Amino acid sequence: MVVGCGRVGSAVTLRLQAAGWDVAVIDERAETFQRLGEGFTGITVEGHALDTPTLVEAGIDRADAVVVATNGDNTNIVCAQIAQKRYGIGCVVVRILDPARAALYAELGMRTVCPTTAAIDILSDSVMSHTAVI
Amino acid sequence: MYILIAGGGKVGRTLTHELLKMRHEVTLIEQSATRYRLLEEELEHVAQHGDATELMVLERCGIQRAELVVAVTGDDEDNIVVCQVAREHYGVERVIARVNDPRNHDLFDLLGISPSVCATTSIMRLIEHELPDHELVPLLELRREGLEVVEVQLGDDVAQRQVSEIPLPEGARLIAVLRAGASDIAGPETIVRPGDQVLAIARSGLEDALRRALLT
Repeated sequence: MVVGCGRVGSAVTLRLQAAGWDVAVIDERAETFQRLGEGFTGITVEGHALDTPTLVEAGIDRADAVVVATNGDNTNIVCAQIAQKRYGIGCVVVRILDPARAALYAELGMRTVCPTTAAIDILSDSVMSHTAVI
Repeated sequence: MYILIAGGGKVGRTLTHELLKMRHEVTLIEQSATRYRLLEEELEHVAQHGDATELMVLERCGIQRAELVVAVTGDDEDNIVVCQVAREHYGVERVIARVNDPRNHDLFDLLGISPSVCATTSIMRLIEHELPDHELVPLLELRREGLEVVEVQLGDDVAQRQVSEIPLPEGARLIAVLRAGASDIAGPETIVRPGDQVLAIARSGLEDALRRALLT
């Protein structure tokens, strides 16, 4: 199950489908599902990430893994905990843009991915390795 | 006491004024720049601008020495995160959260955010209290303690009897009997009559057993 069908969520969805997974996607705005293109064969559910009927319609109670990547850090944090604590899903991966919150919730046992930290690392490493060569 | 309040809307602003009057030290954090400017005019340094779910903002506002954090923004996810961060990361022992959407109330319970207060739910309870066709109305819920104070409307068909004769479930007690605008504190010998309203305290989950004991 993928929560959030933005640039990241839609691309993750398509990649998982290509790898043979059955994927359901949730987003508040139905027009975001256009990002999935014609080839997407899974379920799309329009609704909020914390709304129980939406999550159930997307099949959260039988999900093997949940990817949470809406554009709201706090929505993602709460949604991930619902998947972990209420539905007992072992593999919950959550995107958190704020490095401080990402680190804190990782400490609390959440599998967080922070694109901001990744960008900071890559950008500074690229500059430093480039100047090192010169 | 040093109290941190997240969310400078009507609730947060009023709480701040009341707590200042009670001579507590308060910081009110507001995210919107427009609203912050208005708050700053009346509260000066007590109002701070920023996102209360950001650790840097919380630290600037002195969360390390806060004894109570109150999360009353209009966003339930933000309120949950403020409370979790305060408790888990900064060791704040007491948090209070506002629930905006009653459908989210069980999320606060699931994540152990307690006490949490939902205005819609409270108003709903008051309405039920006014409606005659609800037999059992929850008046006050102490979620953390697992206790509930309820009001039960007895029908005209129940037998008149003493409180001691009612087979109440273990974990439930009668508090008072209300009749014609007057009230009696319930003792073992207090008489309960058809049509009375009865206040009881019970452990959570005993509502049905209590109802059966009183109404049959």
